[in-house]
Order: sequence, then structure tokens, then C-alpha cells
Amino acid sequence: MSYKLTHLKELESESIYVLREVAAQFEKPAILFSGGKDSIVVTYLAYKAFYPAKIPFPLVHIDTGHNFAETITYRDELVKKLGARLIVGSVQESIDTGRVKEEKGYYASRNRLQTTTLLDTIDRYQFDACIGGARRDEEKARAKERFFSHRDELGQWNPKNQRPELWNIFNGKKNMGEHFRVFPISNWTEMDVWQYIYQNNIPLPSIYFTHERACFLRNGQWLAAEPCMKLKPNEKVEIKQVRCRTVGDISCTGLTLSKAHNLTDIIAEIAATRITERGGRADDKRSETSMEDRKKEGYF
Amino acid sequence: MNGYLDMELLRFTTAGSVDDGKSTLIGRLLYDSKSIFEDQLEAVEEASRNRGNEEINLALLTDGLRAEREQGITIDVAYRYFATPKRKFIIADTPGHIQYTRNMVTGASTADLAVILIDARKGVVEQTLRHSYIASLLDIPHIVVCVNKMDLIDFSEEKFRAIEARYREMAIKGGIRAQLHFLPISAKLGDNVVKDSGNMPWHHGGTLMQLLETVPILHKSGDEKEPMRFPVQYVIRPISDKFPDFRGYAGRMAGGVVHIGDEVKVLPSGLTSKVKAIMQAEENLSVAHTPESVTLLLEDEIDISRGDILVNANEAQPQMSRDLKLMCCWLNEAPMQLGKRYVMQNSVSEGTCMVKEIVYRLDINTLEQQTECTTLQMNDIAKIKLHTSTPWVYDSYLQNKTMGSIVLIDPDSNETIGAGMIVGQGM
Repeated sequence: MSYKLTHLKELESESIYVLREVAAQFEKPAILFSGGKDSIVVTYLAYKAFYPAKIPFPLVHIDTGHNFAETITYRDELVKKLGARLIVGSVQESIDTGRVKEEKGYYASRNRLQTTTLLDTIDRYQFDACIGGARRDEEKARAKERFFSHRDELGQWNPKNQRPELWNIFNGKKNMGEHFRVFPISNWTEMDVWQYIYQNNIPLPSIYFTHERACFLRNGQWLAAEPCMKLKPNEKVEIKQVRCRTVGDISCTGLTLSKAHNLTDIIAEIAATRITERGGRADDKRSETSMEDRKKEGYF
Repeated sequence: MNGYLDMELLRFTTAGSVDDGKSTLIGRLLYDSKSIFEDQLEAVEEASRNRGNEEINLALLTDGLRAEREQGITIDVAYRYFATPKRKFIIADTPGHIQYTRNMVTGASTADLAVILIDARKGVVEQTLRHSYIASLLDIPHIVVCVNKMDLIDFSEEKFRAIEARYREMAIKGGIRAQLHFLPISAKLGDNVVKDSGNMPWHHGGTLMQLLETVPILHKSGDEKEPMRFPVQYVIRPISDKFPDFRGYAGRMAGGVVHIGDEVKVLPSGLTSKVKAIMQAEENLSVAHTPESVTLLLEDEIDISRGDILVNANEAQPQMSRDLKLMCCWLNEAPMQLGKRYVMQNSVSEGTCMVKEIVYRLDINTLEQQTECTTLQMNDIAKIKLHTSTPWVYDSYLQNKTMGSIVLIDPDSNETIGAGMIVGQGM
């Protein structure tokens, strides 16, 4: 009898293995939870990895204050359902206490400011491993990322001197004050994530599905016309039928014109698309290596 | 859509010498399978123009780090993903130059198949031997030899056959065990990569893509004949009202299969019990295959913790020893020191060890064995003897990759400095 494991089962098995390694090798791990589909899948995998025990990590949300309301509602419901602990690091608080300075102008975003809030939160709670939903297919700097990625005592990533990662052996050794970023779904693609959500019937925030929203067009990209966005004089607000393909801070989340109202529609849409998921992310467009630069500083 | 939900996953690695056309080949696979997106292509076109390249430099798709883009070299293993309606693929793309042997070893450690490129004009060269040897050392089941740039030798069958014969001869001499496949291709023109070639009617072996889509994925067949291995990763104890006495052993199957009712033995303690339940979250299974992550419940309350190995009491048992012989690849700039205490780690166990002896160092280009070595430098491959502080439970690497592989960690820097494949016991 020949037994075949499907790609989704194999990826799930690998990710659960990585999550269990985190629980075994670290003392104070946490899941970095953004409310986006990738961190939702990571949280779901953690639920499966430790069942019937509760997830042995708190969920940490770095809150820019510029959130889609649907994401926050979803987050609070999920935390309640899992009986998990939620820790919120507030970018507004970092601004108020003078840790960071708000960017000015039309392209102002709190995306980069999150790094300081994140590192301060890691420091305050002494987290030694932060689990994220980043994937290698998302972005070229992330393609070189390890499952277990070392950060020095300043939270910095050194991409040129990463530890070799062989077989399924993960070296989580570090000195006091250093920490690791761990990426259990490194090997998943955007399509894998959607197929997995579909197969396991995982609920998602409603912004992933088509809805009417006040939007404006900037550099060929639809953005949400929320109070935190400063419109240029020539930019007009229009009501459009849109959905989010990826969810981040409002200021850098592009909206896709779409009529996809269920997971089957979304999978069909993704299969036909000719633009990458992060093509709509303004934060990646600042320069050719903007993701690498932000990651080195300690970004997600 | 169902057809897409139950694809198999094939992981492969690519190796070739500089200018063998590896980036072009990967670009071709991605491009012809429609896995490159418009914005990626635009970004690469623009980046190529900014660098003054006349043609689109597809290497910029994978060389994501600033230093790589500036120097025009690949420093690290890059992972690329693509899928066809039949399979999903993960490419570990590794730089071919000798100073990156450690990267090739890393990429090869998880691969089901290796694509090795040969320039049709140059034929089998020293590097070909090195790449093939590493693929074989890491026990990759399939090697696909792509003879590239066939367009530059007039698509000559005779020259292709000569290269194939030369490679087979070298493979026998080098002790290459993998199953060999040969393809005449032109990555630049696309011949026999994704689309059939009209230029080589004498070739009946199909395209590279057809091969990647159909080659049997050997180690994942969940072979019932292989002995069961279950390294315990973590003990799940909810201590809740609903599950007051629950004790689940969490881990990933590393060999064979396990059924409910199987008699299992715990190593190294030797205690035995029976499998009471196999769980995947809320789901109860009657059987689990390699490499599934599951939670096992046993009939008896016995002392089991992380690092223990559960095996079937009625099947072949792993070995246990404090003296091991290994093939080792040195990964770090700091040279190996005989007698120094290193940490050794496998998937779930950890121990202290020291290197007692370097049996020989391999000249990786000629496979000549050099004895009387006292140290190893980065990228060296050698046979070594290790002495461990406590007995190590293992299978030889060729029998079981998870049970037979280790990494060495320098306790002073915490860095992973060596990779080892256990050959057997060795005083």
C-alpha cells in the first residue's frame, strides 16, 4: 500500500513541528498577531499543535492605532475563544512618550514606527522567541530567512551571518538579552495559506471579502479613505467594491477591486492574478531593499 | 479545485558551476509555469537596467540581499516556490562555487531531488563531481543531470551521449548511489525545460518539468517496512478540569508507521507500553505515517520526556553508543578543534561531545582522502570520530535521515558550526 501525504498536510506537519520546538526550546515565547490571515493561520496551527492544552504563548499585537475596525473585533473574539492572553504594544504610546516621532506628509505611515514599539514590548515582557507569520515567497529578503532567526541584544538581524539550518534541526541557543524570530509557515505560499483556510474552514476578518468602502486612488493603488489618511488635493474619495489581499496598517494596505465574497472566489482570484500579494504594499515600495533594511532594524 | 488541494510536495536543489545557466534555468521554470508575477518581473527589469545589464538578469529574482545585489553573487540559499496542477515545488537554490559548499550541503539536506547542470560545451568538469558527491553524501534519492546549452553544440545527440557516458563512469568511481536521469536542454531557448524541443527529435525522455512532476518521492512513501521512529518533542499536559490526567507525547513521525495497540519501547530507558491513542488535535487516528506531526497516548504512565525516542518493540532497534563515526561538513569560519567540547543536537536531543580524530579529509574535487589532518576549515568535508558524554541513540544516516543527522554547536558563540551524518559506531 502506498501512502501519500498532500502538500497541505506536509506543510501543516512541518509548521506544527516548528511550533513545538519553540515551546520546548524557549522560556518566554509569544505569537506576533497582526490580525492578518498569516498570523491567523499560525495561531490556528498553534491551537492544533498543543491541543487539548491551551496555546502556551500569549498573542502580541503591535497596534499602530490605524487599524481596520474589523481586525480588532476579530482579534478580541479569537482571544476569547482560545482563552489566550493578549498583550498590546501601542505605537500611539511610543509617540506620546517620545520614543518615536510621527512621520509627516502624504506618505506618512506608522509602519516603520512599529519596530520601536515591537522591540520595546519584547524588552518589557522579556520574550525570548517571537513567532511570526512571514513567508519566504512574500518578498526577496524574506526568501533568505531562517525558520529560527537570531536577533542580537539590540533586536537586529544580520542577514550575512545567519546560522545554517539543516534537516529539521533548529538551533535556538542564545545569550541573555538576545531573542529569536521564528517563522513556522516559511515554506507556505499565498495559495497554500488560502487553500488551508478553505480546507479547515478557518474564520477570517470580513475585510478579506468583498465589501463597499470609501477609497481613493494613489499611484495606481486603491487605499482606504480613513481619517488617518491625508488626501492630496487631486485625490477623490469614491465608493468601491473592494477587499484586502493582505492586511496591515491602514496607511500601507492596498485594496483590490474584487467581487470575491467567499473562499472559493478568493482562491480562483489568486490563481488568476498576475500581481504578487505585496504588490499592493506601500511599505515595500520605498526602495529595492526596503524590507531587508527594516528587517535588519528589528521589523517583523 | 479539489485537484489542487491534494498535490504532493517535491523539494529539490539546484547546483551548477558559474555560468552554467542555473539562474536562467530556474527563471525558465518559473516563467514558463507562470510563477513569476508582473510586478516581480517589472522590478527585476528595472533593477537590471539600473545595473546596466542588457538582458534581464533573472538572478535578481532570488538574490534578495543588498550585498548579493551589489556584488552580483548569491551568498545564501534562496528558496523559491512554484506549483503546477500536479505538484507543488520548493527549490533550494544554492551558489555553486567551492566556497559555498556549506550552502549546498544545507540546501541538499532537505531535498528529494538534485538538478545538476553541465555546460554542453565543457562536459563533465571537477565541479560536477563535487556537486554530485555532495548530493550523494546527503543521500538525495534522484540526481537529474541537465546538459545545458545544447543549442551551442547543434543539438548533437552524439555529444550528449558522450557526456552521459562520461558522467556514469564518474558516478560509479565516486560511489554515487542516487538514481540518475539525463536531459539535453537549452534553458535560454526553453528546449526540454517546460516545453518539448523540436530541435532534438532523438530525445524521448520528456522535459525537466515532466520529470519533476512524476518522479516518485521516495522518502515520503510512509514505507511500512521501515522501522517506526518517534522522537518525543514535547509533553502535552493540560492539567485542566476537562483533561486532568492527560499526558500526550507530541512529535513528528521520523520513520515507518505507528498503529493503535502497537507495543512501543522508550529509548534510552528501555521501558515498554502500548499505544492507546493517536491524536491530531481533536481528531483520533488509527495509524500515523512519516512525516506526520501527531500526539501519542500510551496505556501506562511511564517516565518519558523530550529527547526520548519511541520505537516499535517488535521491529529493528536503533543503535546506542558513546563513540560515533560521522561524515562531517564544517560550516564555520572558526576551524574545528580536536578535543574541544561541542554541543551536539539532532531534532530533539542534545548532548556534549568532542571530536577525537579526523579519519580523513576529502579533497572534494578529486575525492582523494587526506589523512593526518588535525583541523578542519569552513567548507571542508571529512570523516571524523566523536566521543559523546552520554550514550547517543541513532540509526545510520543512510537508514534514517532524522535519526542519523546531527549539528555541532560552539558553546562559546552558540553558532551552528558543523553538520554530521552518522556512519556507525567507531572507537
